[in-house]
Amino acid sequence: MDILVVLEDNRGSLHRMSKEAIAGAQKMGGSISALAIGSNADTLAGELSGVDITEVITINHDLVSSYNADGYSEVVKQVIESESPKTIVAGHSYQTRDFMPRVSAKLDIPFIPDIISMDDGIVKQVLNAKLNASCSSTAEQMILSFQSAAFSEENMASGSCTSRSFDSNLDSATVRAESEEPFQEAVGGVDLESAELLVSIGRGIEKEENIQLAFDLAKALGAEVSASRPVVDSGWVEPFRQVGSSGQNVSPKLYFSLGISGAIQHVVGMKGSKNILAINKDQDAPIFEIADYAVVGDLLEIVPKLIEALHN
Amino acid sequence: MKIAVLVKQVPGSETALPILGNHNWIDEEQVSFVMNPPDNFAIEEALLIKERAGDGEVVVVSMGPARVQKVIREGLAKGADRGIHLEEDGQIETDPLSVAKSISSILKEENFDLILSGLQSDDTGMGQTGILIGEMLGMSTGTLAMETDVQGNVIRVKRELESGWFQWVILPLPASISIQSGLNTPRYPSLRGIMGAKKKEIKVVSSSGHQTDSILQSIDKVFVSQTSKQTEVIEGDADAAVMRIVEILKSDIKVL
Repeated sequence: MDILVVLEDNRGSLHRMSKEAIAGAQKMGGSISALAIGSNADTLAGELSGVDITEVITINHDLVSSYNADGYSEVVKQVIESESPKTIVAGHSYQTRDFMPRVSAKLDIPFIPDIISMDDGIVKQVLNAKLNASCSSTAEQMILSFQSAAFSEENMASGSCTSRSFDSNLDSATVRAESEEPFQEAVGGVDLESAELLVSIGRGIEKEENIQLAFDLAKALGAEVSASRPVVDSGWVEPFRQVGSSGQNVSPKLYFSLGISGAIQHVVGMKGSKNILAINKDQDAPIFEIADYAVVGDLLEIVPKLIEALHN
Repeated sequence: MKIAVLVKQVPGSETALPILGNHNWIDEEQVSFVMNPPDNFAIEEALLIKERAGDGEVVVVSMGPARVQKVIREGLAKGADRGIHLEEDGQIETDPLSVAKSISSILKEENFDLILSGLQSDDTGMGQTGILIGEMLGMSTGTLAMETDVQGNVIRVKRELESGWFQWVILPLPASISIQSGLNTPRYPSLRGIMGAKKKEIKVVSSSGHQTDSILQSIDKVFVSQTSKQTEVIEGDADAAVMRIVEILKSDIKVL
């Protein structure tokens, strides 16, 4: 086995970043096995039956039926010890950040996280994404996690694969932490992740009373409204509208950004958008680096005129 | 309650980042350093936990050259009780496993109930050191804490998951926990705190006293990222911009 992809169960289906991790692993080349853990392991394996990898290994043990760092880090360690993959990959999700360092420490295998590309060595962003760094490891094995949208799930090559179960050896003393049921703090009726068009608001909207402008533009376009964290933290829109590393990951056909500067925490959540149109007063705003269309100007002047033009 | 807070000194967000001639890092001589911003939240949470408990000790731990004593002092000025400085010169710490082994070797004898760390560093962004140390010292671990509540010999932690989801986990002590930024409002040091910090102890551990020999992971080259995107820049007056935007929506993206 060259590569072991550790999959993530996103409430009953495969996490988007797990598919991206498979696409990344396929690009790296070699034999690929995927590891599905938990009560939904067989369902996750089923989702990959038409994908070009060698096999899906499933683990369904009572102590890891739902996610917990103690159990996950132990069973992933056991699979690595038994199967000796050269590289272990996963999406750089919050769950990966939670348990993968423990696998690294248990096995003394370096964990290089948040990788954006494998084209020029192992590349990650450093210094608040102002510079890139190519990293390397002299260890025989390494663990990598891929930043959201570093690879596209659409590039996942199709084929076929087998599946087998792995007998993990876990006892209840291993799982020391007690995990309660996950819950949503602010439940909203808006599914940003499946929205085709998004109008997204940043700090450049300046005042709460200007928020209506974004909703009017969204209405004229048939779009949903999303926002960056500072706008949510100000209480101007509901938390479920937040895009970014602590909010939702979106990849709409159009991401229409109003006054968003483009901090890395926001960008990781939307850079997979097919088209990015950004309005910002500051011509050096980082959002323009990833935008397809960079409108340098005052959104408070442009947006009302645009709404009027769309109505005609 | 004996609490260690791991802090790191990193280049400030406004500083220039000149790349070294050999391209393997930035020229730190020309950089101004600050406390890693997420670590401020970890220090604040440690002080709040100690204050709620009514007693205990908060120890600020940092690794690096002599300059990192500045961020240790900053923590002491805010109210931490003492500091530990693991001296390390030369190559920056690019290998989280070896950093964690060094720090663990020193923290082991201290028997901390809690180790808190910021969610990740602004420089290398490895986001794992506190959890590695927790595992190495046989502690329970939790990440991205949005709220903490010590109850006897356990700590309840509200973890942030993705997409607006959260989860409470109950971790037996001792535990190592990474703190999500924004969960509290970090205090500023008072004048009295700043004066008092000068008298507080910083234990210095020389590099021979903690360093491990094997560096498995390194940064070979840093470079300015090239954007592959072709960006159309639209400038000028609002009316012209509006006309062009309508055209783009209609003909290029085809959403009208």
